[in-house]
Amino acid sequence: MADRAEDAGKGGNKPALSLHVPEPKYRPGDAVDYSDLDVGEPGKQPRPDEACDPSEMRDLAYGLVRVLGDDNKAHGPWDPKLDAETLRTMLGHMALVRAFDERMFRGQRQGKTSFYMKCTGEEATSVAASMALASDDMVFPSYRQQGVLIARGYPLVEMINQIYSNKGDKLKGRQLPIMYSSREHSFFSISGNLATQTPQAVGWAMASAIKGDSRIAATWVGEGSTAEGDFHSACTFATVYNAPVILNVINNQWAISSFSGFAGAERTTFAARALGYGLAGLRVDGNDALACFAAQRWAANRARANAGPTLIEYFTYRAEGHSTSDDPSGYRSAQEREEWPLGDPVMRLKRHLIELGEWDEERQEKMDAECAERVKAATKEAEKNGILGHGLHHPFHTMFEDVYEELPWHLEEQAAQAIREREIKWPEGRPQGGKA
Amino acid sequence: MSQTKTKTAPKTGETSDERRINMIEAINDALDIMLERDPDVIVMGEDVGYFGGVFRCTAGLQEKHGKTRVFDTPISECGIIGVAVGMGAYGLRPVPEIQFADYIYPGLDQLISEAARLRYRSANDYIAPMTVRSPFGGGIFGGQTHSQSPEAIFTHVSGLKTVIPSTPYDAKGLLISAIEDNDPVIFFEPKRIYNGPFSGYYDKPVEPWKRHKDSVVPEGYYKIPLGKARTVTDGEELTILAYGTMVHVAEAVCREKGVEAHILDLRTLVPLDIEAIEASVRKTGRCLIVHEATRTSGFGAELSALVTERCFYHLEAPVERVTGFDTPYPHSLEWAYFPGPVRIGEAIDKILSE
Repeated sequence: MADRAEDAGKGGNKPALSLHVPEPKYRPGDAVDYSDLDVGEPGKQPRPDEACDPSEMRDLAYGLVRVLGDDNKAHGPWDPKLDAETLRTMLGHMALVRAFDERMFRGQRQGKTSFYMKCTGEEATSVAASMALASDDMVFPSYRQQGVLIARGYPLVEMINQIYSNKGDKLKGRQLPIMYSSREHSFFSISGNLATQTPQAVGWAMASAIKGDSRIAATWVGEGSTAEGDFHSACTFATVYNAPVILNVINNQWAISSFSGFAGAERTTFAARALGYGLAGLRVDGNDALACFAAQRWAANRARANAGPTLIEYFTYRAEGHSTSDDPSGYRSAQEREEWPLGDPVMRLKRHLIELGEWDEERQEKMDAECAERVKAATKEAEKNGILGHGLHHPFHTMFEDVYEELPWHLEEQAAQAIREREIKWPEGRPQGGKA
Repeated sequence: MSQTKTKTAPKTGETSDERRINMIEAINDALDIMLERDPDVIVMGEDVGYFGGVFRCTAGLQEKHGKTRVFDTPISECGIIGVAVGMGAYGLRPVPEIQFADYIYPGLDQLISEAARLRYRSANDYIAPMTVRSPFGGGIFGGQTHSQSPEAIFTHVSGLKTVIPSTPYDAKGLLISAIEDNDPVIFFEPKRIYNGPFSGYYDKPVEPWKRHKDSVVPEGYYKIPLGKARTVTDGEELTILAYGTMVHVAEAVCREKGVEAHILDLRTLVPLDIEAIEASVRKTGRCLIVHEATRTSGFGAELSALVTERCFYHLEAPVERVTGFDTPYPHSLEWAYFPGPVRIGEAIDKILSE
């Protein structure tokens, strides 16, 4: 083998091959310069007919649909022209998501639960986008779309019960925090396995089409997870069956510590992948709530008219760590967040409403305070049902239920064992409320 | 492959209520009935639509029930299972086909992480009432990727049910039960016995199903409950636990040796009919487990452990396992690999000599 190592270019005088391993531009401590990032100008992108052929959308898959300008005004054909009341509702949902994230992150640090994930900076991609759907359109989210639940009016107390895995948790303490599920809110059960929800969303949409229903499906996936085989399957099945589905890709630049280059972003956009499948592809400013809403509504109208599925890339930035278990200062420059050229989605929508004369700083402050107060009250309410590890959980037998519709003999036997063990461990009965 | 030809039921003309059909026709019949009875049943998979399946199990179904009920899919097992999970969440009852069990692996994440756990993780919010049909097992010169018996991968997954028929009568009744079951079911069809029961003597002509009593399959709807074993032969000398093709091989060996065995066709591996197993082993005191799958960590290990734990004081000999060897399934040495009459016969002699 030593001979071969010295033999540069193993094929004789052919040039030696070299492996390209992507590297993000900025690492911890680096000064960030985004001046070469072309984000285009708001209002300049054409808005094709919703029934157009995907091949007409080539430029939209490489460009960036933007509505809100630096002048805080809405520009161009993608302006969804929402009334002020709807815009205030949208801003309110986004502010509530942010307040919720803040408090739950703190709750994890205080030991009330084991885990949490914020969506800071990405609120528009779930709140504004889902507001463009009907309330009974089925949503197949990843773990960073708490904005959909909040926009759909899911009770905060239920969310916190789930995060605390307490006796009020509708998922009976079985799931890791934030893996919500609500059939009532057409919100699919979140799985830890990445991208699995994407072909499921396509299948749901196919089912809706098989039954001649009018409901559509939408799924959300991070740009990192688009590398999973399931995403390829989802795109293929969506296009083959013309499924009424929207494939939302949240390109927040980071998959834990891996920058988007490891999902292929160095060479192309994520929206551009749509072209190869024959899907409609849109790339939008993910920090522009109006653009997020408009793109989702365009795709929803397209799906509802049997004109086909759409893949939308939301170009945004994951402003915080991946999760409570992550410290981003270990792999990226802290300046990235400050320098991000598309700003903050909540601030941009707020300034737009102020520009319209429909909002002011005083009302914003009041609203922020109310959001914090609502979350605090919900937290207190949820804490009555217990926090993680403090004894107020579901009965032992529930661990064995719902594996199957009915309990088979081997699970009955194992349930009896678990209950026997409890009696040995706590002969006086398990302490309620105290550390167990 | 020789299995891909039969289309119409071979009518024997004996009596009108004695319709004799093979396993392919029985499966086709079950699918047809369920498509008819329940508008939420959907049949899909590679080549299952217009063509009717590479083993003819779905022949004629698309023409009869329409393209949105029975359709071809892209070649993507993770896609097939993934969309089936989504269809189940909507409220349909999908019956996806995986062309060979050897090709189910790309769909494993969707089966293990999603279908199997959906009810549990959502606390009954969503369920996956799907039946994954897949031809499995060897004995057909299928080589490495058309012969495998991967049932132990699925029996190890909580939330899945695993069903394996061994006769046309059972295939129909079990498949109807599987489709109506609200849990995800893996339904493995032993392709070696699609056209006729197999004695294990590969050099003898294949017996057609019509000479077997269990090829009498009633028209119309009937069910065989999941989780119930079938007594194939009643005997006192030893208990043989088997399923699929091996039921017939074990039966032929016992017949030839004149051994009176209590042969239990397990039919459902999860949930398992533990009562039938315990009753039989306590009666005979001896237990042989037979499966085609490789030995180490195969389902036979679970069966052996259960029998030892629950019938220890009734056992008069160690529990024996006859299985495939711990190698990939070979092509040319198929009959050296296959757990045939010689291997089973030796094991029976050993158990009975203790």
